[in-house]
Amino acid sequence: MSDIRKSLVLHGGLIALLLLLGFVLPAYHHGNLARVMVLAVYAMGYNVLFGYTGLLSLGHAMFFAAGMYGMGLTIQHLGFSAEAALLSGVVAAFLLSTVVGLLALRTTGVAFMIVTLMFAQTGYLVVLYFGEWTRGDEGFVIQKASRVIAGIDVSDPANRYLTALALFAVCLWIILKLVQAPFGKVLIAIRENEDRARMLGYDIFRHKLVAVIVSGTISGTAGAFYGLLFGYAGASFATVQYSIFPLLWVLLGGAGTVTGPLVGALFMFYLIDITSGLTSAYMLFAGVALVLLTLFARQGLVGEIRRRFAPWLP
Amino acid sequence: MAALGSTAPNNLLTTQGLSRNFGGLQAVSNVNFDLPEGQVRALIGPNGAGKTTFVGMLCGRISASAGRVAFLGEDVTLLPAHKRISRGMAYTFQITSIFGRLSLRENVALAVRRRLAGHPDQVQGEVESALSRVGLLDRADQIADDLSYGHQRLLEIAMGLGQKPRLLILDEPTQGLADSEIADFKNLIRSMAGQTTILLIEHNMDVVMEMADFITVLNFGEILAEGSPEQIHANADVQAAYLGTG
Repeated sequence: MSDIRKSLVLHGGLIALLLLLGFVLPAYHHGNLARVMVLAVYAMGYNVLFGYTGLLSLGHAMFFAAGMYGMGLTIQHLGFSAEAALLSGVVAAFLLSTVVGLLALRTTGVAFMIVTLMFAQTGYLVVLYFGEWTRGDEGFVIQKASRVIAGIDVSDPANRYLTALALFAVCLWIILKLVQAPFGKVLIAIRENEDRARMLGYDIFRHKLVAVIVSGTISGTAGAFYGLLFGYAGASFATVQYSIFPLLWVLLGGAGTVTGPLVGALFMFYLIDITSGLTSAYMLFAGVALVLLTLFARQGLVGEIRRRFAPWLP
Repeated sequence: MAALGSTAPNNLLTTQGLSRNFGGLQAVSNVNFDLPEGQVRALIGPNGAGKTTFVGMLCGRISASAGRVAFLGEDVTLLPAHKRISRGMAYTFQITSIFGRLSLRENVALAVRRRLAGHPDQVQGEVESALSRVGLLDRADQIADDLSYGHQRLLEIAMGLGQKPRLLILDEPTQGLADSEIADFKNLIRSMAGQTTILLIEHNMDVVMEMADFITVLNFGEILAEGSPEQIHANADVQAAYLGTG
């Protein structure tokens, strides 16, 4: 079987499995998985930049929040329909990532991390500053009546699950195409050896900028859907904590793997879900998991599978 | 290709007054250099003579403090490296620089793909042809880091070949190669002679004397002498400065 076929079977199978789970899971896990799929899309966007291009951003919450507020504020204050609001969330993330990319990519390495972190902090403060519209930390609920996409009420759990799955499937497909295309291979080349890639004639800045825009826009799309599907937008999604989450999920699942973000988000979600039932010091378990990972599976769960058994995994 | 402008009709590459200083150190000063199309040119000189800095300015890795570089008759002094490369230069690094975690096939494919952006179906064939010319085709699916140092040098040359450049700049390509690999390398250069212009920085005098059509000697950042291998071999200044037998 060719690598492309294997990849098709694996990822098609994953989507089919998630679809099946949507009909058989008990309500609690059904709701969790819908949430995890949208968060996985956030992490998949992050992974384009971190896992494939090798640029570590500490500010992706600003893109997630740009999508969420681009969607939420236009519904709340401008009376947009859900479709138009989602589009405006995506556009907001696209514009923000373009501007941030143009400015932040003037730096590299640690400076890039700091600059993205600072931009994201600015974003958070802007949300608080305009509290009259954003309701700051308290946030605002998106009314049930507004949460209808193309006649489908996404506040209904079954519809919400299927919408989250559709979003996940589309993003999975986009990222698969991206990393298998020559463009994605240049991103990997930049990650591996930027100087060599430049001396093969590739325009490094342009490739990195497109990577930031694709990454920020996908993360923002996740933010827009998250707000709409779960009916809430709040400043906590713009905090530094939400910039760290996708980094953790991607590290756990496997940086530079297509399915790693889902695996990482799912693993972390349930690790915290289960351990928080046992102790209030549940973050200790997350810490131990990360230490174990660093010791025994440095490339993340899917990364380790790729290294040992399946080098063809995209 | 663009018409040749002010430079002499056969010169692929010309520099005028090319200089570079690092702080107070004049690494390269006022170098006027002409490289005719199709020539195999060796650039030699003692350590620290400014050879790598000079070729760095040719391909855009290092910006010039003063002077101009013209390639294919056009001034490229202000162009960034990737634009010069896409006009037909290729550069292999003195310190091996490959994509260590990728396969040999992908290493060379990255070199080939930019040129063949519209023809993905031809990439595979050209990759295999470049790998087979350096004798690494049977290792195409290995990870580059797993190769011996000598083979990594050859992979780097294959990446240069994959770009099908008009000008191939090789920065100490035979460093770390075994004698048999050097013999293969010489054959490779012979097979390219006439089609590709080659600028070779090299310490191995056997390779230089055997392969070069013409030699430029740099010393303290300046051109000390230029001439055929025989002339350079007989040049007293060169012997004094470089060969240490003066």
